[in-house]
Amino acid sequence: MLKVEEQTPVVFSSELLAKFDEVKSRYPEGKHKSALLPLLHLVQAEYLWVSTPAMDKVAEYLNIQPIEVYEVATFYTMYFLKPQGKYALEVCRTGPCCLVGAEKILSHLENRLGVKEGEVTADGLFSFRGVECLAACGFGPVLQISPEYTFYENLTTDSVDKLIEDLKNKS
Amino acid sequence: MSRLIQDYGLWTTDYRLIKMSRKLLLEHINVPGINTLEVYRQKGGYRAVEKALKTLTPEEIVEEVKKSGLRGRGGAGFPTGMKWSFLAKPEGVARYLVCNADESEPGTFKDRYLMTYIPHALIEGMIVSSFALGAKVSYIYVRGEMMPQIRILEKAIAEAKAAGWLGKNILGTGYDLELYVQPGGGAYICGEETALLESLEGKRGNPRIKPPFPAIAGLYGCPTVVNNVESIAAVVPIINDGGDEYAKIGIGRSTGTKLISASGNLVKPGVYEIELGLPVEEFIYSDEYCGGIANGKRLKATVAGGSSVPILPANLTLKYANGEPRLMSYESLSEGGFATGTMLGSGGFIAFDEDQCIVRNTWNFSRFYHHESCGQCSPCREGTGWMEKILHKIEHGHGTMDDVDLLWDVQRKIEGNTICPLGDAAAWPVASAIRHFRDEFEWHIKEPVKSQSQNYGIANYATPIEKAPVTEEK
Ligand SMILES: Cc1cc2nc3c(=O)[nH]c(=O)nc-3n(C[C@H](O)[C@H](O)[C@H](O)COP(=O)(O)O)c2cc1C
Ligand code: SF4
Ligand code: FES
Repeated sequence: MLKVEEQTPVVFSSELLAKFDEVKSRYPEGKHKSALLPLLHLVQAEYLWVSTPAMDKVAEYLNIQPIEVYEVATFYTMYFLKPQGKYALEVCRTGPCCLVGAEKILSHLENRLGVKEGEVTADGLFSFRGVECLAACGFGPVLQISPEYTFYENLTTDSVDKLIEDLKNKS
Repeated sequence: MSRLIQDYGLWTTDYRLIKMSRKLLLEHINVPGINTLEVYRQKGGYRAVEKALKTLTPEEIVEEVKKSGLRGRGGAGFPTGMKWSFLAKPEGVARYLVCNADESEPGTFKDRYLMTYIPHALIEGMIVSSFALGAKVSYIYVRGEMMPQIRILEKAIAEAKAAGWLGKNILGTGYDLELYVQPGGGAYICGEETALLESLEGKRGNPRIKPPFPAIAGLYGCPTVVNNVESIAAVVPIINDGGDEYAKIGIGRSTGTKLISASGNLVKPGVYEIELGLPVEEFIYSDEYCGGIANGKRLKATVAGGSSVPILPANLTLKYANGEPRLMSYESLSEGGFATGTMLGSGGFIAFDEDQCIVRNTWNFSRFYHHESCGQCSPCREGTGWMEKILHKIEHGHGTMDDVDLLWDVQRKIEGNTICPLGDAAAWPVASAIRHFRDEFEWHIKEPVKSQSQNYGIANYATPIEKAPVTEEK
């Protein structure tokens, strides 16, 4: 659910706006609304989530109504409408992955990180959630880490532990 | 592990060393560097573009694709050449080709695999197909989660463009084409072609009411063809070898080769290119393909074409009800209709071993469809929620016999009563699970405690329960 609350306004950097311009150039004259989904991905890659003021700015940029951005951001599952961990881990929870142990990976993450699905760890580094089939069913269990969407296959509880350690050491 | 793939953010065990006999799409998958333009060219890549643009007219290409008998590899199996010939060509109006790389059907992972390892196969197919359809701008709509593949494709497109295979006046023929990758936002429904077009226009992925079909009014209201990644890649060998040659491969109206994504409890899950007509038994058990059921267990059931198609018990997977062997082809997999058959669908082949719980899997799939319903039609929006709830109840030991009948009733009321086929796709797995595994559902209800700690096992599937629901048993 999207809550339109007062939040600190954002100013997009000129680098980000240059990327916006490139994306916008991919569509025919007058069809620039097509850029909306890619722009929201760019915003999320920069801020790690999509805030209401950021959406308002995107609307302004594309010269469309803010509601047109809200309705899209709330429809698709990839856009985070509240802040996540610096590393948002997403584990596939759909049938084929469950046949090879996805549920075990999810409960392991819950124990290991000490937070429930959707919550952020106290150090702000991690959050996790189950997502639907990621088109790697034969290589399950799998997880991806936003905002880069690096992808890991054939997970075991050990490889997940190692991954978390590596990410901790990296930051 | 391949270093280059890691550069794109994909950490994968290298699965490409799988040996296969008849290959058109994956022939060079083991060649180091085949993801680069240089090596792809050395292996004969972009020959189809040269042949098509320099020696064939758009109409002749459409004719070759018709002759090949190629059927859409996205799930519906509609003849590609026929679809192309329906494209409206009003004067002065742009036409579009949009590649459907949304691949989100549980069990299906062939398109992601092809794009990861041989991105130029898709790009080459896009150029030939766009030329055939008269498109000057084409889009590859890739599901947003596939960021590594988006990076791979964008790099490959830049390479192709720098070498003159894309852009203005390709090969000096006067044909211009721009090709762009469009990321989705995470929504299974955007694989449905009209929802995909809505999404590409920057909107919510709500499927459109057909007609008009995209061939008349698609992207931006213009005539549009939407094709699956594998369908478009298959155009390359069709143009290289000719439609007639392609049609010689396969069996009957199932021509050519098909990428099958095999997952679940198999010794060697992965993506296989098979010649259509391969016996299912050979596909599951031979070492050339899946190598049998993992950990020496027995096969309990399969979902042969992605989560939407009916689940079949092991006996009906391998043989028709009359005992004849079942083959991997459009016709053979659907032999017997929904009573004893299933569908080839997208080629997502999921194998369940004897220890898997059919009720739990059906609940999982129902949760998926409920989560992914776009919410436009009440039967789908509400019905998928009902099915998820009832199945959750049965799986967790709180079900009653009436629940099985209610479940049957709900799925029947969804099927055929919705705007897009997601409703049917949600209903079929539930219907088929009850049809073939009703005893397992009933066991969950009669044994609420035991069913929480152990599974039903291989089931007495030898006699499929044809008549469902069986209300007398109450
Ligand atoms: C709910 C739903 C999801 C679909 N998902 C996909 C998909 O991920 N990829 C795909 O190619 N086709 C998908 N399709 C089928 C498309 O609507 C369309 O038939 C297909 O892209 C046409 O391409 P083809 O003729 O080359 O198969 C889906 C259909 C439905 C109803
Ligand atoms: S059937 Fe379901 S997914 Fe399809 S349009 Fe209706 S509500 Fe949306
Ligand atoms: S079911 Fe997990 S990737 Fe498909």
